[in-house]
Amino acid sequence: MSAPIQKSAAKTRAATQVVTGNRLTDGVVVYLDSAGGWSERLNDARVVEGAEALEAALAAGKAAEAAQVVVEAYPIDVKREPDGLRALRVREDIRARGPSVRVDLERPLGA
Amino acid sequence: MYRYDEFDHDFVRARVAQFADQVERRLSGELTEDQFKPLRLMNGVYLQLHAYMLRIAVPYGTLSAKQMRMLAQIARKYDRGYGHFTTRQNLQFNWPALKDVPAILADLASVEMHALQTSGNCIRNVTSDHFAGAAADEVADPRPYAEILRQWSSIHPEFSFLPRKFKLCVIAAEHDRAAMQTHDIGLQLKRNAEGELGFAVFVGGGQGRTPMIAHKVRDFLPEEDLLAYVEAIMRVYNLHGRRDNKFKARIKILVHETGVEEITRQIEAEFAEVLKADLLRLPEDEIDRIRAYFAAPELAEKPARSGAFEAAKADSREFTAFAENNVSPHKAPGYGIVTVSLKPIGGIPGDASAEQMEVVADLAERYSQSEIRVSHEQNLVLPHVALDDMPALYATLAEHGLATGNAGLVTDIIACPGLDYCALANARSINIAQDLSNRFGSPERQEEIGELSIKISGCINACGHHHVGHIGLLGVDKRGEEVYQITLGGSADETAAVGTLVGPGFKTDEVGDAVETVVDTYLKLREGPDENFLAAVRRLGQKPFKEALYGAA
Repeated sequence: MSAPIQKSAAKTRAATQVVTGNRLTDGVVVYLDSAGGWSERLNDARVVEGAEALEAALAAGKAAEAAQVVVEAYPIDVKREPDGLRALRVREDIRARGPSVRVDLERPLGA
Repeated sequence: MYRYDEFDHDFVRARVAQFADQVERRLSGELTEDQFKPLRLMNGVYLQLHAYMLRIAVPYGTLSAKQMRMLAQIARKYDRGYGHFTTRQNLQFNWPALKDVPAILADLASVEMHALQTSGNCIRNVTSDHFAGAAADEVADPRPYAEILRQWSSIHPEFSFLPRKFKLCVIAAEHDRAAMQTHDIGLQLKRNAEGELGFAVFVGGGQGRTPMIAHKVRDFLPEEDLLAYVEAIMRVYNLHGRRDNKFKARIKILVHETGVEEITRQIEAEFAEVLKADLLRLPEDEIDRIRAYFAAPELAEKPARSGAFEAAKADSREFTAFAENNVSPHKAPGYGIVTVSLKPIGGIPGDASAEQMEVVADLAERYSQSEIRVSHEQNLVLPHVALDDMPALYATLAEHGLATGNAGLVTDIIACPGLDYCALANARSINIAQDLSNRFGSPERQEEIGELSIKISGCINACGHHHVGHIGLLGVDKRGEEVYQITLGGSADETAAVGTLVGPGFKTDEVGDAVETVVDTYLKLREGPDENFLAAVRRLGQKPFKEALYGAA
């Protein structure tokens, strides 16, 4: 993998978050974007700060669940790095980038 | 091998049609995820980290060349060109789209395969010895009984909503190659003093968060009473197994809390009731009918010693390692059972590309009566290969990265998919397996170390069998960091034992050194090369390993 897998921060909520889920038709990891759509790229995700913004993003996620777009929308902690957004927990870092043991299937952060 | 009759074909096709309708209703929004989830799980479809995962049943680990070729085709057409063979002798595809699953299941049905009962609180795929039907040391082929159990347990109305999942294993040799005693019910086919076939019955084994080795509840169960006795066990479990706590719902907990003597009494009492109904006694002609599907192939007579085989050994050190480690005794003189290692040095345990699957299918057709087995150790097996054919077989395997001569050695590592794929995992497994494989990968080092099993799980559910690894590694999440606990002295064979935690865990970048320290300590303290790692741990106890890892107390 091009960059080492992130060691997770503690499970406390970070200041910046995005909403993610798996696309219903094929299970692919997607992120709620600024236009209200769902992108496969973490870098496209709508970054929210604060309880109110998170609540609105989650409401959009639940609406997408009801509309059969995604399965189980939920928030994750992210941080901004020079090469793009980075998920803070190991699990979400791997979800964003693909299996760490299959470089050929890796999804670069900016891709 | 078993061939579907009209009933089997109709049943599997009907299930494909039913699930296709359910998928359509899910995609249209008629079904919510909560409504759909139990339906997809009944058909082997999980939702993992990156995508859906489809778990396909390989009953008792037996595959034909034609079936393997279909798996390759599915991998290429619907997945990302590879599949993962599991510790349950199944195959998992990591990337199927939900919308494609009905088509995949239809393709599987065309070669007499399915994904039924690979999930859920039902009787799961029945496992067996991966050398079944070929092993020199088996009493008889255990697979006819596994097939009888499969037919009996498929959508059995009474046992489709058990307290928890339920796993059966059937073996037929004193040497247990299938981790039989880690199953909810383990059956060992044997003969009594009169030469009659029957079973030693073991109950209450399991791994997961509360690992237990099964207890023998019957030393000899007559062959004809197989279903009646298993039904009696299932009834006792279904009635008394806990449904209030998922973590205490497996039969191992019931056996533990009730006591072996009392649970045996309850099983025997229920067995007497089942016998009274006289519905489940296996008729001899039905056993014979199923057994006929598994008739041993007609192998050309060969001398026990093969000149070509011996010459190839004299010629090549790599071939010698392959012959010594990956070729096991066959019941027919002049033949061997070949373990096709899915553990190339530094590779991903259990993964096979579509191309490799096709190579194995070709080789099975050419050299092994079109038969293939999947082992719970995540390797493939060609069960009937003439020793004369070994050099040619080896050459083809080597061309495709399948000739690693490491079966049973330190790099023959079992690893679950871990956090690289699995939604339940707390830590990665595969990367640790790769690191250890690279560290110990030189032929000289492996030969020096000898028989040693390392098994790695990425969470306490223990799909990587870490509890019964000679060295077991359990990945945990410790305040957001992947940490690995080491257990020593576990065993999955007839001397089955749960390993003991040696001390505090190690971080990702420390665990490789820690395992090397354990192995070096063994090499230093063993009585000689004949004392393998497990024997040394049993003799020495944990103390010297603890001291080597953490310093003297």
